Amino acid sequence: MFDYLEKQLPKLIMAPTAIVMLVCMYGFIGWTAVLSFTKSRMLPQWEFVGWEQYERLFANPRWHVALDNLLVFTLLFIIIALLLGLMLAILLDRNIRNDGALRTIYLYPMAVSFIVTGTAWKWILNPGLGIEKMVRDLGFTDFEFRWLVDPDMAIYTIVIAAVWQSSGFVMAMFLAGLRGVDDSLIKAAQMDGASTFRTYWHVILPVMRPVFFGAVVILSHIAIKSFDLVQSLTGGGPGYSSDLPATFMYTHAFSRAQMGLGAASAMVMLAGVMAIIVPYLYSELRGKKS
Amino acid sequence: MRASTTSHKLYKTLFITLLLAAALVYLAPLYVMLTTSFKGIEEIRNGNILALPDSLNTSAWSKAWSSACTGGDCYGLAPYFWNSMRIVLPAVLISTVIGALNGYVLSQWRFRGSNFLFGALLFGCFIPFQVILLPMAMLLAWLGLANTVTGLVLVHVIYGVAFTTLFFRNYYVGIPTELVRAARLDGAGFFAIFRHVFLPLSSPIIVVSVIWQFTQIWNDFLFGVVYSGPGTQPITVALNNLVNTTMGGKEYNVDMAAAVIAALPTLVVYLVAGKYFVRGLTAGAVKG
Repeated sequence: MFDYLEKQLPKLIMAPTAIVMLVCMYGFIGWTAVLSFTKSRMLPQWEFVGWEQYERLFANPRWHVALDNLLVFTLLFIIIALLLGLMLAILLDRNIRNDGALRTIYLYPMAVSFIVTGTAWKWILNPGLGIEKMVRDLGFTDFEFRWLVDPDMAIYTIVIAAVWQSSGFVMAMFLAGLRGVDDSLIKAAQMDGASTFRTYWHVILPVMRPVFFGAVVILSHIAIKSFDLVQSLTGGGPGYSSDLPATFMYTHAFSRAQMGLGAASAMVMLAGVMAIIVPYLYSELRGKKS
Repeated sequence: MRASTTSHKLYKTLFITLLLAAALVYLAPLYVMLTTSFKGIEEIRNGNILALPDSLNTSAWSKAWSSACTGGDCYGLAPYFWNSMRIVLPAVLISTVIGALNGYVLSQWRFRGSNFLFGALLFGCFIPFQVILLPMAMLLAWLGLANTVTGLVLVHVIYGVAFTTLFFRNYYVGIPTELVRAARLDGAGFFAIFRHVFLPLSSPIIVVSVIWQFTQIWNDFLFGVVYSGPGTQPITVALNNLVNTTMGGKEYNVDMAAAVIAALPTLVVYLVAGKYFVRGLTAGAVKG
């Protein structure tokens, strides 16, 4: 009897995690899916209405603003963070041996909450007293910088703050990748007379492909989940001009008593994340086995 | 290359200048937060955002800590700081212990289906939490834990275990299984092997896991804003309320002092153990 228990111990240890995961991840996803097909508003109710919530969702101009913003935000955020991170990593890798202090500086924003980041940038970008006033004090009295209160530009303030917060992380990933590149490869290229630029372009960057994909996956994941930063920096405003799907979902599910609609928007977000993550995880796990 | 050492040196100077300039840009927000927090309101209105404060005026700090209004009440950030501590410490501890045991099983005591289980858990690191927010709210209400610190601890443990398991599993997978086999031949059991063989090897990964969880949970806003009520909010929610409370004139110095207070614990952890922080980021992020 004791022997039997001892044998089953590993499974017993895993059992609580497995059950909780089954219920609180997969069960809850199913639950949200079911909710999204009901009329639920303030409280869940089980009257099924088919795809009606999804039709309402995609007929809602605010949702389209959120989706457009997500596209703009994700693309700019990923491209700028990648370029900046890669540039910093290459410069660090080649020029400075003892780079501890600089790396610490580039990466510290990642340790800070998005709410703190939003609060800080809200102040820096403040139309009356922030950068605008600083430049005006320098003598450019006509200078205008009011993105924070401009419905067409507010989304770009979120890009700025998000890049500030996350590009150091991209730098760290690339730097780890660069330091892992086999030195003999670089030497061989230089013996062949390749310039530094060509060495990077043809020898080092191809080796870094997995790091590159990893960074893209993580950054897009951060982008789709972005919620805190919008809440603290613009609050989704002016109006709802800087809404993202995550803030749309929160507003409708929790402040506007539109539970069914909120659930539908959450399911669309999940579908978006899965479209990126599933192929990535699949290739990662398959690559491991072979 | 040898022919052009001067241009090489020139480039090097240029590159280092670029790196230093970038460092200044990254530091600027922290600098602005700190300097603003020591200025008086008049000085802020008339002065330059990059200027140093005239004197070290700490009144904004004491107001942010003990008397600023955060939505409904005006006790400053202090009570919420301690709320966050009461949420973070148990959640970090519990999720790390569970993650260590899970990782030990998934790497050294595999059984049929354990790889599938790991894959299913890994997927949980990536789901957007919006998709579980509503059912979790109902579960917490049903358990009588809505708007409580205990409820928030529970939520953070549940969704943190996926990450801690990943850390420990990937760390223990590098330890040869022969070690377990040999120890079993000597008559050691599951827990004895864990305690005497694996635990002594685990300090680095424990540090990674603790730092990762501490940072994640301290900085969390989504769960905090959805599952807390008046009096149980974590510091991120209180900070957001403080900044967006529109009673009276805006006090940017108090806002900035509050932001620094909210950032301080994770910044200190980062400065003390940055190496492990980076390792957690890349381990949690890249490798499956």
